[in-house]
Amino acid sequence: MAETRIPRSDPPPASTIGVFGWLRRNLFSSPFNIALTLLASYLLYLAVPPLLRWALLDATWSGDSREACQANSGACWVFIRVHFEQFMYGFYPETQRWRVNTALLLLILGAAPLFAHAVPNKLKARWGLGLLVVYPLVAFVLFKGGLFGLPVVDTSRWGGLLLTLVIAGVGMTAALPLGILLALGRRSQMPAIRTLCTTFIELWRGVPLITVLFMSSVMLPLFLPAGVNFDKLLRALIGITLFQSAYMAEVVRGGLQAIPKGQFEAAAALGLGYWKTMALIVLPQALKLVIPGIVNTFIALFKDTSLVLIIGLFDLMNIVHNATTNPAWLGFSTEGYAFAAAVYWLFCFSMSRYSQNLEKRLYTGHKR
Amino acid sequence: MNEPSPAPLSEQEMIRMEKVHKWYGTFHVLKDINLTVRKGERIVVCGPSGSGKSTAIRCINRLEEFQRGRIVVDGQELSNDVKQIEQIRREVGMVFQHFNLFPHLTVLENCTLAPIWVRKLPRRQAEDIAMRYLERVKIPEQAGKYPGQLSGGQQQRVAIARSLCMNPKIMLFDEPTSALDPEMIKEVLETMVTLAEDGMTMICVTHEMGFAKTVAHRVIFMDGGEIIEENEPEEFFTHPQSDRTKLFLSQILHN
Ligand SMILES: Nc1ncnc2c1ncn2[C@@H]1O[C@H](COP(=O)(O)OP(=O)(O)OP(=O)(O)O)[C@@H](O)[C@H]1O
Ligand SMILES: [Mg+2]
Repeated sequence: MAETRIPRSDPPPASTIGVFGWLRRNLFSSPFNIALTLLASYLLYLAVPPLLRWALLDATWSGDSREACQANSGACWVFIRVHFEQFMYGFYPETQRWRVNTALLLLILGAAPLFAHAVPNKLKARWGLGLLVVYPLVAFVLFKGGLFGLPVVDTSRWGGLLLTLVIAGVGMTAALPLGILLALGRRSQMPAIRTLCTTFIELWRGVPLITVLFMSSVMLPLFLPAGVNFDKLLRALIGITLFQSAYMAEVVRGGLQAIPKGQFEAAAALGLGYWKTMALIVLPQALKLVIPGIVNTFIALFKDTSLVLIIGLFDLMNIVHNATTNPAWLGFSTEGYAFAAAVYWLFCFSMSRYSQNLEKRLYTGHKR
Repeated sequence: MNEPSPAPLSEQEMIRMEKVHKWYGTFHVLKDINLTVRKGERIVVCGPSGSGKSTAIRCINRLEEFQRGRIVVDGQELSNDVKQIEQIRREVGMVFQHFNLFPHLTVLENCTLAPIWVRKLPRRQAEDIAMRYLERVKIPEQAGKYPGQLSGGQQQRVAIARSLCMNPKIMLFDEPTSALDPEMIKEVLETMVTLAEDGMTMICVTHEMGFAKTVAHRVIFMDGGEIIEENEPEEFFTHPQSDRTKLFLSQILHN
């Protein structure tokens, strides 16, 4: 007997929605999953409460000397408080630190439009490029002085987070364009240029950064004529830039290879020459494709700056290390390194988030 | 499709290919290609897959180099001089099977890029010209969109507009409709017919025989890297001379 049914939409079974549905789907979907969930919970139970107790509940926050920390069994954040300025500025003279702060303020103001949603992408790109050219000059004059009546502060006195940011900033802004040129060179039709770029890339990728830094500070002066002695920081910057540009080149080359031949042909058919084709058609697409790789290299670079420790520059890592060996503050290296780790993480994580945001904004609705 | 008015062809030569040979490694792709195209003339090139049709027309704007023979485009002989090649490419528009629009630029930017950077037109003027051609291919309302947001037929019409914005003297089409669905083929062919009506010099690789019959002055049949036969469309379709042409025609007309 035929029965007419009115189609109705039933609610889904209770076990598939809400908190329980989520738990079931994600944590208890199979015996193996259940075992993993239980194991992970147990590990968290072992690790998290003691960590919280050490870092927050039993920690000392106020006071100005190590004696203040003796009452509590947890972390002694006083150590960080007391050394905070040093961690930020290194040995930069106290009376001149306003210059660093001014530079930071200028950077924040200058970069703000890049994060504003109202500003169109095109304008952002132009503004960003302008900033990349102008800001380093301004910052250098502010940091180093010697102009406009600012007293000179020698680079050997720069330190802490300031130095870390200077090295990372210069490394990134110089390594990216250099890496792009190397990548283009490696794909060039001209054998001489291709060989040159390939050799350069393979040479620098094949040695550890620590060797590069060591050579730049210890070996290079041996080859230079006596009396010629250029800045230790500058040498480290050149070493890091060349080293990272080799990595960057390979990342960019990956992007270049992903651009279909048809794009080159369409550009050529319109009468665009090599450089215009690259600058207007190929690189904008290739760089967009490899944003994750570029940011990956940037993050690696940011953390690698801590290696300048071995040539005696006091970046954030080294200055924290230095403070932990201060006889008045022995025994607080855990706090020091935890702080350094947190600062590095903060910067690296921000870069990662920014790149994800950038990828989303540059999406133009085509998939290949 | 309206038949373009049969204006008398001028005697001016736009393209001249003389004894052109090309090899890919040891593979002889083009064998002794001779072809003269006069101003305002419309040529359809057909032939089986792999016969060298694309290669032949891509030699004209030097997307492919050739090893022997000579090609003269608008009075200039092709050489290895990069500047001269770029000069010639400005005068020769090309439309590709897969559109090859620039996906990171809007439709309008696709159309203004070359006029601004190659012809050095002011942006405003380039945009005015671009809008005029986008209107001609009947998609001015898509100017602000990205190519990835358009249908295949719309993309191909943008590609045609993009070429036209350079105000070329010659247009080359390499199977412009073979990547499209049937209903989109029509809109692209209509665009090409209006171009023909304006007296554009065109070389078109296509298997759209309806288009060849109504628009072409001459049909060229290629096989194995050679020009086997060339004739007026009427003659070509009704009285093909060689067996290979007959075979080819019977194959495509049956599909
Ligand atoms: N870059 C290349 N290297 C080597 N051989 C090639 C290359 N490009 C094309 N060929 C060969 O040259 C021949 C002619 O190719 P071409 O693309 O001109 O053919 P076509 O007539 O346009 O074919 P279709 O109708 O499939 O587009 C083919 O046999 C092809 O395999
Ligand atoms: Mg082809």
